[in-house]
Amino acid sequence: MAAEVVILGGGVGGTIVANLVAKETHRRAHVTLVDATGIHVYQPGFLYVAIGLEQPAALQRPESQLLRPDVSLVVDRATRVDPAARRVLLESGRTLRYDQLVVATGSRTVLEEVPGALGAHDFYTMAGATRLYKALQEFERGTIVIGVAGIPYKCPPAPVEFAFLLDDYLRARGIREKTQVKLLSPLNRAFTIEATSKLVQPILAERGIELTGFFNVESVDPVAKTVTSMEGETVEYDLLVLVPPHRGQMVIETSRLGDERGWVPVDKNTLKHTEFEHVWAIGDATNIPISKSGSVAHYEATIAAAEIVAEVKGESPPAHVYDGKVMCFLETGQGQATTIRFDYTHPPVSPKPARRWHWAKAVFNKTYWHTVPQGRLP
Amino acid sequence: MSTTIATTLNLKGLSCPLPIIKTAKAMKELAPGQLVEVFATDPGAAPDFKAWAQATGNPLVESSQEAGIFHFILKKKEI
Repeated sequence: MAAEVVILGGGVGGTIVANLVAKETHRRAHVTLVDATGIHVYQPGFLYVAIGLEQPAALQRPESQLLRPDVSLVVDRATRVDPAARRVLLESGRTLRYDQLVVATGSRTVLEEVPGALGAHDFYTMAGATRLYKALQEFERGTIVIGVAGIPYKCPPAPVEFAFLLDDYLRARGIREKTQVKLLSPLNRAFTIEATSKLVQPILAERGIELTGFFNVESVDPVAKTVTSMEGETVEYDLLVLVPPHRGQMVIETSRLGDERGWVPVDKNTLKHTEFEHVWAIGDATNIPISKSGSVAHYEATIAAAEIVAEVKGESPPAHVYDGKVMCFLETGQGQATTIRFDYTHPPVSPKPARRWHWAKAVFNKTYWHTVPQGRLP
Repeated sequence: MSTTIATTLNLKGLSCPLPIIKTAKAMKELAPGQLVEVFATDPGAAPDFKAWAQATGNPLVESSQEAGIFHFILKKKEI
């Protein structure tokens, strides 16, 4: 009898695992992918939607088109996981039994956790990015403030990238001189990684983007139009863009599969649940203290898939484990970008911003649909 | 003024800037002059806590390291 492999979440990580396991087990496993919408969303594109450089439709495809024909797609929402009985309960009432389970449910944003912030803009959801672009089109002059309201959040370089792309956008519209752009950072540098911060800080200064350090957003006063930090500082804004706090999905919290924020505890190398057997988690869903990004989900997916294939075939687990590899692009505006690469043992390195990294990112964004979900890129 | 430690935070295993954020949150609950003790393992914790203390005016009264574990004591600033 074929092993039942169930994957929760049709994002980058879940889709890669589904395709690789189905391909490598040669029908010794029956792979089912459960996704709440059945639409695959390329989230790195939200940044571009927010400044009008990309259309929402270009970032979405039916998940069914990205899966091998031998993977069963179930469009339904997982509401509860019972790891003792190895069952997943779905919103429709249907129950799926599993031999191996992969939790690839990503994260959700909870702007409502920040007092007064519900009216603030963000580029962490399609709706948020679309609304932000509309507000920018109507913006004529004043102060735009970009702040971070919770850690961890998806794509650590994104607020810096947004600041640079916003600067480009305001210049192109001829309103840069009438606009102040302020970037509020949780640390005393542009973002977590020191090496990359050193590289981008002079460019922020050159573009007239004001950096305020140690500003951890605590609350917003939408009437006075001010944002206040835990450190006790207050900044005025005309348009506020916040990185919302993130949590794991409800199904993790209700099933008690994760910690108090809904992040699934896994071994940082094997990606196996620290408590429950036959359960893996990858991507944003895990509690591993590395970047929540598509690249991490991608690299982890290939590792989890290889481990599941070995288990299905009754072979010993593969020697190759997840080494903490992260690779990100960081747009620095004016047609240039840099990259950030690191893993558990190698500190981050970033090359000098150049046009070729901007083009590499643009090419990756376009070719994504034909390479990554299918597991064609290592 | 109290000189005993009011709160101890075990922030081992957390990556920056989480230790800073958790400390900033805990500090808000303290009365001026009270102390918070922090244990952290993030490799960047020492320069980050030093800079945070300077930027916010909450003195860093102790900063040490033993076997990869950083130990800090910060004092809530007097208003």
